[in-house]
Amino acid sequence: MGRGAFHDDSGGETVYETLRNRGLTRRDFLTFCTMMAATLALPASFAPRIAEALEKKKKPTVVWLEFQDCAGNTEALLRASAPTVKELVLDILNVEYHETIMAAAGHQAEKSLEDVVKNLKGQYITIVEGSIPLKDGGVYCCVGGRAAIDIVKEVCSGALATIAVGTCAAYGGIPAAAPNPTGAVGVSDAIPGLKVVNLPGCPVNVENITATIVHFLTFGSLPSLDKLGRPLFAYGKRIHDNCERRAHFDAGQFVRQWGDEGHRQGWCLYEMGCKGPETFKNCPRIKYNEGTSWPVGAGHGCIGCAEPAFWDKMAPFYRRLPQPPGFGVEKTADKVGAGLAAVTGAAIVAHGIGRVIAGGKKEKTEE
Amino acid sequence: MRAVENALGITIPDNARIIRNLITGIQYVQDHVIHFYHLHALDWVDIVSALKADPKKTSELAQSISDWHNSSEAYFKGVKEKLKTFVESGQIGPFTNGYWGHKAYKLPPEANLIAVAHYLEALDWQRDVIKIQALLGAKNPHAQTYLVGGMAVPVDPNSENALNAGSIAFMSGLAKKALEFVEKVYIPDLLAVASFYKEWAKYGAGVGNYLAYGVFEQDTKSNTDNLYFPRGIILNKDLSKVYPVDHKKITEYVTHSWYEYPDGDDKARHPWDGVTNYKYTGPKPPYKFLDTDKKYSWLKAPRYDDKPMEVGPLARMLVAYASGHKRVQEVVNFVLKKLNVGPEVLFSTLGRTAARGVETLVTAEMLPVWLNELAANMKKGDYRIHNSERWDPSTWPREAQGYGFHEAPRGALGHWVKIKDGKIENYQCVVPSTWNGSPRDAKGQRGPYEAALIGTPVADPEKPIEILRTIHSFDPCMACAVHVTDAEGREVVRIKIV
Repeated sequence: MGRGAFHDDSGGETVYETLRNRGLTRRDFLTFCTMMAATLALPASFAPRIAEALEKKKKPTVVWLEFQDCAGNTEALLRASAPTVKELVLDILNVEYHETIMAAAGHQAEKSLEDVVKNLKGQYITIVEGSIPLKDGGVYCCVGGRAAIDIVKEVCSGALATIAVGTCAAYGGIPAAAPNPTGAVGVSDAIPGLKVVNLPGCPVNVENITATIVHFLTFGSLPSLDKLGRPLFAYGKRIHDNCERRAHFDAGQFVRQWGDEGHRQGWCLYEMGCKGPETFKNCPRIKYNEGTSWPVGAGHGCIGCAEPAFWDKMAPFYRRLPQPPGFGVEKTADKVGAGLAAVTGAAIVAHGIGRVIAGGKKEKTEE
Repeated sequence: MRAVENALGITIPDNARIIRNLITGIQYVQDHVIHFYHLHALDWVDIVSALKADPKKTSELAQSISDWHNSSEAYFKGVKEKLKTFVESGQIGPFTNGYWGHKAYKLPPEANLIAVAHYLEALDWQRDVIKIQALLGAKNPHAQTYLVGGMAVPVDPNSENALNAGSIAFMSGLAKKALEFVEKVYIPDLLAVASFYKEWAKYGAGVGNYLAYGVFEQDTKSNTDNLYFPRGIILNKDLSKVYPVDHKKITEYVTHSWYEYPDGDDKARHPWDGVTNYKYTGPKPPYKFLDTDKKYSWLKAPRYDDKPMEVGPLARMLVAYASGHKRVQEVVNFVLKKLNVGPEVLFSTLGRTAARGVETLVTAEMLPVWLNELAANMKKGDYRIHNSERWDPSTWPREAQGYGFHEAPRGALGHWVKIKDGKIENYQCVVPSTWNGSPRDAKGQRGPYEAALIGTPVADPEKPIEILRTIHSFDPCMACAVHVTDAEGREVVRIKIV
């Protein structure tokens, strides 16, 4: 990882200076650093270290590329709260190219991208949204007459780091669903060998984008990734592991019909097709829209949107998983429920037998 | 979802109808405000000019158009200083290479400063008010609680895991915040900006035909025509007559699109018989031009009764206005009176941008109404959110077909489905940006974007901001390219609009 942009001593404004000049108090700033530490699953003691890092570094330049996408991750970025999109886009980062939000159009817009690639080689961060079609020479997605694959190769090869936001950029997502007519792939498959941080999700929870960037600014390196390129701080556990409805799963309490008593009481959605047991993501912990809600919390199961090939692998969305892995001997909810009932029953029976035995003993003693 | 409900004859419960109205309603309000301030305003507002503003005069101007609380001299002084620091840092991010200083910018520095302040305020506001959708839809963007037959978000005032009185209170607070910003910031800014750009009522009319499927169901019948914003068609800018919509008259051409039809590309097909066989015949990238005499677009060309149609807020507001919708008429007439212009100006770039504001206000006013309907149902013990009669595919007929109408913020959205043996046999979507961004059809008729650009003056061909104004006024969902060429057909400049 190069030192370039973030260790520049040329006297430019640091992130903290910018924030301060824009009216953020020291207290606000430290609150932000603490929230970042929390999102990154770091102990609170790391907050001062994040603060220190942000106080010393210039705003890193970011280019955000969109290909086969719906701008859903851009929309998610607009909902960022810690920091807010305002702070993120204007104060913390220098987002020089972003098709949806930039003021420039046409030649002027393309010039912004060309200038970054030419003048800041090895110093900028590339964020990619949307999949990249490889079939037929890339004709299925062209920007300004250039194929997406040519753009992404040029821009990412000169970047300090590449982050793929959303499931499409990470793994191809919906455009790559069978029969994948355009040969859509994610960034890692489009440029084999390139180190990419994958932040899948439909859309990604925006705190995971900001936390990845702050991790980078703070430690000067990318966060630890799993074999699919996902940061462990956000994708290290299954939805099921941290689910707020987990107790109902363990108790064998399942929603059987939309709007039934169990549904209204927040029981487990496994029987309604929830893919939480097979999906790795921190949704239960950070949720969406500043913690307002998330699919399972709202009453709809997880559709596994953060997993590779989710559209093909997770559908039908409302059929329950036949064999969720990682449940030991208990393979289905019925068996888990039945198993629990059996264990409980056995315990009661055993208890009864014990009493009989004890009673018998007592009787014997009495005899 | 509505197409499948229509195909299978499913009637949804009233709570599902209300929840869907609320999700769509807050999406209109939030999306239109983002469009105005963050995707369209910079076509009219010169942020660099705002640096020349006098904070005292800015405060006076702001207070003359609205009683919004952020309007003191000190407030605008602060915004100006922040802007100055930002611009002087040399790292101006998304504002890099904008057309700043272009002579087509007409606002005085003080109005530009107000717009910059509200650009920033709107960023915070939108994040908050959209939580209505996050609560009802599980998240935003990409609401995930829609089900065929209803919604997956339970209603029960006696449960902490369902929509209850607390949820109603939470959403009511946000709805109030949403309306206040629209009334006190968006509408006054829209009127102030428009008053400097009245000449834009002369440009950007487009095809002059308007299609609205209508939106905000007032009963639970499939594809009901009992809608708060009515369904209808206006032809040739004639507001004296509103024609009914017959979905059978909707067809799509691929004459100039990179697809092929089995019985010839010059014959249009109804979406139930729609075919999406792609066949790219354009140049190999990288390329500079597309030949518009041949196929040149990935969009099909939707037509109604063989005519191109504009869809979106302008179409919805014109259909409502001409249908006698009282509140829409009141607000449209108020806007026209404020600008001292007649209804003929509605058929323009300016009219399109103003109609979006009118719709935002009228929709924001309905949010509390729907919240009250939901609360009333809760009160009488109606907690139903889903009709499960057809949930199991074994209950379906062997064959079925249906269609569903919706109005996305940017316009009429229709889905058509054919179901056979429990599976989708054909599914076709005709989306707003294919109507508006449509390429030419077999008869050579242009779509709304193309037609709207005819006659637009361009002051500086190197910086054709005028083209951005008209194309952005449609709220396109995609990037498109417009090439500015001189009389000999040489390319002067190529702009990509996003």
